[in-house]
Amino acid sequence: MSDLTLLGAAETAALVARGDVSAHEVTARHLDRIEQTDEAIHAFLHVDRGLALAQADEVDRARAEGAVLGPLAGVPLALKDVFTMQGAPTTCGSKILEGWHPPYDATVVERLKAGGVVVLGKTNMDEFAMGSSTENSAYGVTRNPWNLNRIPGGSSGGSSAAVAARQAPLAIGTDTGGSIRQPAAVTGIVGVKPTYGGVSRYGLVAFSSSLDQGGPFARSVLDAALLHEVIAGHDRRDATSIEAPVPRVVAAARGELGGVSGMKVGVVSQLQGEGYQSGVQARFDETVELLTGLGAEVIEVSCPSFEYALPAYYLIAPSECSSNLARFDGMRYGLRAGDDGEHGVEQVMSMTRAQGFGPEVKRRIMLGTYALSAGYYDAYYGQAQKVRTLIRRDFDAAYKKVDVLISPTTPTVAFLIGERADDPIAMYKADLATLPSSLYGGPAMSLPAGLGDDDLPVGVQLMAAVQRDEQVYRVGAVLEAALQERWGGALLDRIPELAMGGVA
Amino acid sequence: MTADTTEPLMSFEDAIATFDPVMGLEVHVELNTLTKMFCGCPTEFGAPPNTQVCPVCLGLPGALPVVNEKAVESAIRIGLALGCSIADWSRFARKNYFYPDMPKDFQTSQYDEPIAFNGALEILVETDDGPRPVTVGIERAHMEEDTGKILHVGGATGRIHGADYSLIDYNRAGVPLIEIVTKPIEVEPALAPSVARAYVTELRELIVALGVSDAHMHQGSMRVDANLSLKPRGRTEFGTRTETKNVNSIRSVERAVRFEIQRQAAVLQSGGTIIQETRHFHENDGSTTSGRVKEEAEDYRYFPEPDLTPVAPDAEWIEALRSTLPEPPLQRRARLREEWGISEHDMQSLINAGALELVEQTVALGADSADARKWWTGEISRISNERGLDVAELPITPSDVNRIIVLTSEGSLNDKLARQVIEGVLAGEGGPDEVVLARGLAIVSDDGALLEAVDAALAAQPDIAAKIRDGKVQAAGAIVGAVMKATAGKADAGRVRELILERVGAPPS
Amino acid sequence: MPALDRDDVAHLARLSRLQLTDSELDHYGEQLDVILGAVARVAEVAAENVPPTTHAVPVVNVVRPDVIVPCLSREDVLAAAPAAEDDRFRVPRILDEEEQ
Repeated sequence: MSDLTLLGAAETAALVARGDVSAHEVTARHLDRIEQTDEAIHAFLHVDRGLALAQADEVDRARAEGAVLGPLAGVPLALKDVFTMQGAPTTCGSKILEGWHPPYDATVVERLKAGGVVVLGKTNMDEFAMGSSTENSAYGVTRNPWNLNRIPGGSSGGSSAAVAARQAPLAIGTDTGGSIRQPAAVTGIVGVKPTYGGVSRYGLVAFSSSLDQGGPFARSVLDAALLHEVIAGHDRRDATSIEAPVPRVVAAARGELGGVSGMKVGVVSQLQGEGYQSGVQARFDETVELLTGLGAEVIEVSCPSFEYALPAYYLIAPSECSSNLARFDGMRYGLRAGDDGEHGVEQVMSMTRAQGFGPEVKRRIMLGTYALSAGYYDAYYGQAQKVRTLIRRDFDAAYKKVDVLISPTTPTVAFLIGERADDPIAMYKADLATLPSSLYGGPAMSLPAGLGDDDLPVGVQLMAAVQRDEQVYRVGAVLEAALQERWGGALLDRIPELAMGGVA
Repeated sequence: MTADTTEPLMSFEDAIATFDPVMGLEVHVELNTLTKMFCGCPTEFGAPPNTQVCPVCLGLPGALPVVNEKAVESAIRIGLALGCSIADWSRFARKNYFYPDMPKDFQTSQYDEPIAFNGALEILVETDDGPRPVTVGIERAHMEEDTGKILHVGGATGRIHGADYSLIDYNRAGVPLIEIVTKPIEVEPALAPSVARAYVTELRELIVALGVSDAHMHQGSMRVDANLSLKPRGRTEFGTRTETKNVNSIRSVERAVRFEIQRQAAVLQSGGTIIQETRHFHENDGSTTSGRVKEEAEDYRYFPEPDLTPVAPDAEWIEALRSTLPEPPLQRRARLREEWGISEHDMQSLINAGALELVEQTVALGADSADARKWWTGEISRISNERGLDVAELPITPSDVNRIIVLTSEGSLNDKLARQVIEGVLAGEGGPDEVVLARGLAIVSDDGALLEAVDAALAAQPDIAAKIRDGKVQAAGAIVGAVMKATAGKADAGRVRELILERVGAPPS
Repeated sequence: MPALDRDDVAHLARLSRLQLTDSELDHYGEQLDVILGAVARVAEVAAENVPPTTHAVPVVNVVRPDVIVPCLSREDVLAAAPAAEDDRFRVPRILDEEEQ
């Protein structure tokens, strides 16, 4: 059997369902791949070979007994270490949760298990999902498989790198301001942020409650759609989860809902141009032209309030996180520092948090505390929530004119590790194009659009109206097919052979 | 533990002659829903520590709250019963502060969008001129969650000061609470402590009648914080207020208000200023002492709870709930007064004793209301006063009292024996029948045994028999007394008297 | 927009229970100043009559029935406790009177 790690998820599932290959074999090969490549990449924080193979064996057993398998049964997956899963640690990339073993599974994990998806392990991330480069992890950086000196994006850098490096055909990340889409863009794969509320947050350690959303990484739009359908759907344990049926993303990805001919696509004036690398702008312009060629009508759309998305986000998210992270106080789980009989509880809490949290987390906690404090609430948090309404109005107006919006996913290709580590604002600008749809709550996808500066991947972002996730998959699938035809294969085929055990 | 410092006090009379008190009462009611406010853990009191906890109420990373429908219903009913407007749209908010009994280090509560607001409770306050109606304005009632329970270890008293460390049980964390806040209460100064007491009493009756909580102050299912400030007579601006917590009974509410009036008056009179602080009430001497004064006022950084949706009860549902409300307290009181044929004054005594509901329950079991009142406001109230407890805190139930009344009317007990049965029940010796059996308290009704005692007593006092035969029937009393003594009070005095007269051969009376 | 001085940052650190050294206070203070400078722009937007948005998809009345759901076992509850005694979480000396 040729290299199983080259296959996509749909293909793998089909082989397993037909009995052409065992789930055990598939998982074993991917575990080997991790072993060969992860010393260089460091995508994973925790891999449990025994547990993964046991899950795979379970699928093989079910198949042998004649059970009907789910559409992704037997497919391996990398899970961002921000989801709780029994039998493994959940660290959220932080020292404060080092060694913590949650006593319950996240809903997303329950659904993956029920679907026979094999979780290989937990992936690296920026601490508590705060960052755009995975450099804020307390457990070391993850390296971009395209160039080991470059960041893989963040905060879901580990998940994205794992898929790009073929350690797994699928991964789950979370996106609060762009943390699935931006890593997908800089590692040359597909990443989707579903409509807010589309995927249950029960068991997703909260960073910014009104923005966090779990979503799929994959090497094709169809694979992402298949994973999207496994994890999405109403959950009674999450009061913010949507009750309506999951949008028909798989059908859309298969073209069953139509192509792009006749669709209206909006280019957002504010999300391009100045601040965007020339390579990024060029790949974006070409993609837009391609869409026109495919029969879509492209219109320029202006969304003036998007200028305020970054400041609004960096008030809302830190505010919510300052409250969400208060529970890490050393009393019930996780790290406890300073409990030597000399210090009272207040001091122990303060020492624990000082020791357990990294600089970015501390910055955002203090920023959020400030924005919510008496006398400042109206000017900061209160005002930011109003800006959010204005952003929503811009989107609503846009979606009356067009079916989807399009922009570059992020202004630059993957930057060098260390390049922006001391410049928070520069780091925040990686999210310029992804923030508006986060604040609005609508679905958004990043898919590979070609190579930019330094021969590094560029992503293009498709956005749609709230609960219209199928629209981004519909357009994404067509675009992907057209681009791959132009390239003679997937963008990922061009990933250089790196010193990763000699296997590219 | 007594007060740490002896603060000077002005006499109550002098204090109210100079200052006008303004009170604010905050009452927390623990709802009797089966499950917690935001998760499906049971709320039953008394379970082993940390056995009624889940990821949500333990605040584990990744856990999310979902609102208990029944708690919303109870909150609305409480609001309606207090004459409040029910918000057609209300939200939860996070109250952010760090404390080890708070799993999330924020409390999910309601801030500027409470579910009920702007109501009033009519109460009657006992004055020298009879009961006076007072209207206590209700600012708001809102939903929130309770914290875990802390045990302080080490140190002399199990309280914070001097404790070495603490142990926490999170069973109680997440239990639904309704916080009811009054508008500032300004009444005739002399009445302030009584008004506070009457308000809490009435409110408690209302809560129990609604069936939303058992509202036992001594068990913590109803907690009162008393806020008090003084203003010099004639002034309009409010003074600085203190908040007194740990007020664990209805009588303590009255004492705490009274003490604070006296203490604050002394401070102000001597030219000092009142420190805005939380104070702790001491049961043993009725004093309040300062809690640790914070350097800066707490900033709770309230913001709307993003994990929960707004509560928007529809008008139909609210009206349906309105029809489930019990009788308003004053109306119920008037009805019972008529049914029982008692005076306003007697009714007020019942209420002051905190016994109205208990009497009503006893009557519901079949007892005559006069009998029920006699025991609850008589012997049982006497004992509760002696022990410094509310009547409701004593371990004797309406069922017990009804049984005692039945036994007495059957002739198995007389009043003296009944009092001993009460003592036995309170001591935990069992129900009335068990106590009677164990202590051998039944009235001797066997005539044979009584005659023996009668004969013995007559023989011991032969001149009495002669007096009786002469027509001085009252003299029999001495023999009755002797027989009662001989039978340790277990004889029916009336029957004894009959037997004496028969024996002596006196003319029937 | 006023700059944050060391006392301001110390206040924020205290409110959020983060023990920081003096030089950390200065360092974070500088960075927070820069960030606040960038985010304060939200004030430029005229939004007097604009209602705030707290939820992307506005829904109301999501509730659960008052029905008991199985809890965690006590072993699971205490499993990760940094310190436990008598089936309870053991925590250091509490000096501040705040409890209900």
